[in-house]
Amino acid sequence: MIFNDFNPLEDKIFRIIDNDGEVINNEWMPTITDETVIKAYKSMLFARTADEMSVSYQRQGRMFTYPPCVGHEAIHIAAGLIIREDDWLVPAFRELGVMLAKGVRMKEIFMYYMGFEQGSNFQEANHVLPICIPIGSQYLHATGIGYSVKYQKKDEVVFPFIGDGGTSEGDFSEALNFAGVWKVPVIFTIQNNQYAISVPVQDQTKSVNLAVKSIAAGLPGVKVDGNDFFAMYAAYQEAAEYARAGNGAVLIEALTYRKGAHTTSDDPTKYRTKVEELEWAKTDPLLRLKKYMDRKGIWNENETELIEQYKQEIDAEFTEAENYTPYQLEDVFKYMYVEMPDVLKKQKADYEQFQNWKESRK
Amino acid sequence: MSVMTIVQAINNALDIKLEEDKNIVVYGEDCGLEGGVFRVTEGLQKKYGIERVFDSPLAESAIVGTGLGMALSGLRPIVELQFDGFTFPAFNQIISNVSRMHNRSRGKYKVPMVIRFPYGGGINALEHHSESPEALYAHIPGIKVVIPSTPHDAKGLLISAIESDDPVIFMEPKRIYRAIKQEVSEEKYSIPIGKAKVLTEGTDVTVVAFGAMIRECQKAITMAQDAGISVELIDLRTIYPLDKETIAESIKKTGRLVIVAEAPESFGVGGELMAIANEEAFLYLEAPPKRVMGFDTIAPMAKGEHFHLITPDRIFYEIERTVKF
Repeated sequence: MIFNDFNPLEDKIFRIIDNDGEVINNEWMPTITDETVIKAYKSMLFARTADEMSVSYQRQGRMFTYPPCVGHEAIHIAAGLIIREDDWLVPAFRELGVMLAKGVRMKEIFMYYMGFEQGSNFQEANHVLPICIPIGSQYLHATGIGYSVKYQKKDEVVFPFIGDGGTSEGDFSEALNFAGVWKVPVIFTIQNNQYAISVPVQDQTKSVNLAVKSIAAGLPGVKVDGNDFFAMYAAYQEAAEYARAGNGAVLIEALTYRKGAHTTSDDPTKYRTKVEELEWAKTDPLLRLKKYMDRKGIWNENETELIEQYKQEIDAEFTEAENYTPYQLEDVFKYMYVEMPDVLKKQKADYEQFQNWKESRK
Repeated sequence: MSVMTIVQAINNALDIKLEEDKNIVVYGEDCGLEGGVFRVTEGLQKKYGIERVFDSPLAESAIVGTGLGMALSGLRPIVELQFDGFTFPAFNQIISNVSRMHNRSRGKYKVPMVIRFPYGGGINALEHHSESPEALYAHIPGIKVVIPSTPHDAKGLLISAIESDDPVIFMEPKRIYRAIKQEVSEEKYSIPIGKAKVLTEGTDVTVVAFGAMIRECQKAITMAQDAGISVELIDLRTIYPLDKETIAESIKKTGRLVIVAEAPESFGVGGELMAIANEEAFLYLEAPPKRVMGFDTIAPMAKGEHFHLITPDRIFYEIERTVKF
């Protein structure tokens, strides 16, 4: 088992391909068809294109603050291949690729970052919780869902995500502890992208790594090269088998790098160096998977054309989001309660009266 | 004197106090090297060193809980929580310990601590970044809640907050962090906590507001003047303890009260001010006091925020209705 052989206490890292796309750890290479590898690469390319376009739309003033995911694609797409339709995705806010894999539409992502709550009502995606901004709090929800599916004897696994900064929150430790006590089918992922806004992970914790945090909760944990698609895929595959078999929860630390800013409001040049960025750029997940495919001679697509095609698809989603029904007063109130209290009805009516007055003055 | 924004005035107050008192430390998420997400603490780490101005790990409960420990043992911590909506993990420490330690120890321990955070809407933000939780904190016995509305006030009130031996929650109106510029003295000065300020004198109606709403009220007052209404505007400056005297005096003079605040209307500061009108000026009232406040809803995200934000025309509308009642 990966979870036995790569002991986080010894700070071992699970890796299958190197930065040149060469398989360096063949004994752990998962059984995966070339078609699936190609499909994975395309999904990663789509996610990256969508992400880059999001930043660009934001820069054009057509959407508000957006947290880029660039660099995290191997984690997202590996999870996306393992997660089943009935499995639960419990995101933080930097999980675009997994959300897309679960059936969330780019239109919805765009709507959310344009400032429509409606973008969190994923029409075609099953068992995906809305983006959760209060750091780390979603980890507890995942443990609760884990209890629920276990109690209901459902064949479902829960996939919560958190960042490296989130591991400092009490909710993180509490969620792991409860998951251990309840032995629930949850695969906890930490996307360790080295920064919580400006604070580097070295100042976040003096733990030897983040995977080691599983040990106190009695859970298996492993540190994985999060920019290595095959390592992430193998880790998720084993974790899902383990969880589905009723063995309980596991923790995966996916080591990666936040290539972009924390959000479009952030300026990373204030707290990190170009040298560091270039060093991490060598580990880029798309670059590595591409090199692997080139070595194997299985990549015959015209990437420029593919990107062009994706851009058109994404832009169509964006247009749909931009043309969404304008926000109505009703939308502020409608979902506060299942049954709207009279006080809210009155506040809405009073506001409408004000609107009429305003209209009458024109 | 120099022209400062609220961000610069707060930075200046921190600078003055850090220089003056070696027991002051400043910390929170991203507020060391980066100077905070709004750059309020910019340059302070460089000037005072990493032992006194630093980044903490990401955990609001820990920031406030450790701050309490420091305050109990000789330091005067000033902690920053990143956004209004992120203060709630620390709520337990504030309500269960920070506010109680002086009373619990029967005066043996004091809690000279300031908890700063930006609050309020109007910046097209995501969820949890546009909230006005002043009533939640003002409802906790044992802490003071202060909200400035100008650079001058931000500096003077923060200096008082830092010098207070009681814990102070200092809420900063992020919407006007940089929108208002004002001549501010570079010297040290303080503005007392617990005292409201009459900004504009008037005779027909008293408008009470604080923080970012002051600017909106001032615009509404111009509209009111055009309509021949004389408005007295009061800036609360401190939410708890409320300056009942100044408020009651004004209501007695005008006979009318309009309250403007961003927070959800029910169980908020507005209700408290109406209680003052009832308890202290009942026989002077010529119209029912009116709240112009947020809906009892989650602050809507950017596309719906214009419905929720209190605008000058809405304030004027309620002023006029109150005067014509």
